[in-house]
Amino acid sequence: MTALPLLAIELAWWQATAIKVGAVLTVIPIGSLILVYVFLFKMMSHMQSRLGPMEAGPHGSLQVLAEAGKFLQKEDIFPARADRAVFAMAPVVVIVSTFILYAVIPAGPDLIVEDLDVGIFFALAVSSVSVIGILMAGWSSGSKYSLLGALRATGQLIAYELPLVLAVVGVVIQAGTLSLQGIVAAQAEGEIFGFGLIGNPFIFTQFVGFVIFLVAAQAELTQTPFDMPIAESELVAGYMTEYSGFRFLFFFIAEFGTAFALAGIASTLFLGGWYVPFLPDGLLANLAGPAVLGVKIMFVAFLIFWMRFTFPRFREDQLQALAWKFLIPLSLANIAVTAVLKVVM
Amino acid sequence: MIVQNLFFGMLATVMGLAAIRVVTAQNVVHAALYLVVVLGGVAGIFILLAAEFAAVTQVLVYIGAVVVLFLFGLMLTRAPIGKTANLDNDQKVLAAVVAVMLLGVLLWSQFDAFGRAILEPQRVGTTGMVGDSIFVQYLIPFEIISVLLLAALVGAIVLARKE
Repeated sequence: MTALPLLAIELAWWQATAIKVGAVLTVIPIGSLILVYVFLFKMMSHMQSRLGPMEAGPHGSLQVLAEAGKFLQKEDIFPARADRAVFAMAPVVVIVSTFILYAVIPAGPDLIVEDLDVGIFFALAVSSVSVIGILMAGWSSGSKYSLLGALRATGQLIAYELPLVLAVVGVVIQAGTLSLQGIVAAQAEGEIFGFGLIGNPFIFTQFVGFVIFLVAAQAELTQTPFDMPIAESELVAGYMTEYSGFRFLFFFIAEFGTAFALAGIASTLFLGGWYVPFLPDGLLANLAGPAVLGVKIMFVAFLIFWMRFTFPRFREDQLQALAWKFLIPLSLANIAVTAVLKVVM
Repeated sequence: MIVQNLFFGMLATVMGLAAIRVVTAQNVVHAALYLVVVLGGVAGIFILLAAEFAAVTQVLVYIGAVVVLFLFGLMLTRAPIGKTANLDNDQKVLAAVVAVMLLGVLLWSQFDAFGRAILEPQRVGTTGMVGDSIFVQYLIPFEIISVLLLAALVGAIVLARKE
């Protein structure tokens, strides 16, 4: 894709690549800052009958920038017993895996970094790389809390990777493609029992898959009720315990950036992505697409953070039992039913 | 083509150096992490060959699962920070001989099969084509492998479990 049909300008591949990289590098911090402000600062505060940050900017809206500035100013500390090279690399591995995740999420008919043929499969594979970064962080810190946190995180991420992937399979069967643009198109053109006015957002036909995907995404993000890897009362901050300054900020942005990306993937898979009914194709769809996707992302992110602020923490064995004994069999059944219906209907 | 050759050269160099470090590193965790670099390089080579599906599978299976299990096992048992003495195996000469012989066999089979022929570039590897060939052309071998893997899984559980 060396052309930008949007503006009818032909660009060399390296120019297009530079623009795409720039766009992703802008979207990730902005997306995670929005999530931090709207949900972590404000929604949680109001749910707990308090105001949250109010001083910096109108209604405390510049607080996130103040926090980022604070982290950037802090000293870059290495623990005395740490493995320095691995310790320094770990946050980079985690945040790079988050960055690459954005390459396949479409925000409009032409607004996608690369419409890969393997689309959603690519996203799931790339998101699994962050486990290596977490293990690197936990081991290289030279602290027992960090190591325990990393081992917990790994066990949890591996266990919930399976339901996450299997929940997507139902959507893939129904859409008949792995490409995320193809999945959006399949929902736009789909019909619900012959009623094609609003297309067929897969949340209706794949509701089980949507719920499994959200639960697994919650665990992948190590958010409450699945936050044993960073359980404050037991492990200080898990694999992040020894990190400070901009390296901690990397982990923080990666966590919320991944939340933003997973919400985007969920919106694309189940809520129709950038598509809304009755909108003409072409330039307008390209302009409205990011806004539509943004609204859907905020809705999914609201569900994720709602869970985060209302449920108590699981026990480690309950977490594993939920994944292996309930979610995986359920998603396998979902796949079987979807496959049969796909052939029969 | 020049760009592809350039990237192939870079990938090959990085993979070669990392592969050497896998066997010379004085720390098991470092060795495993260098292995990640090698396996990631393999995924990169697959992408250069336009085999996206193979590349993504490489990342998901080898980096996301196999190496993670290596690291998990190492960290659960014995993985001190810093250099470990006696990490070298007694049989390293034998291993080197086997590795050189394997390299010889692979090189010879390549030259024997293709010689200096320049192959026509082929567009391979769309996911649909991979799926079609697995589930139409090679359906029976695929199912047999699935059953074999299932048997291996059950066997591993039976062996690991002591009543």
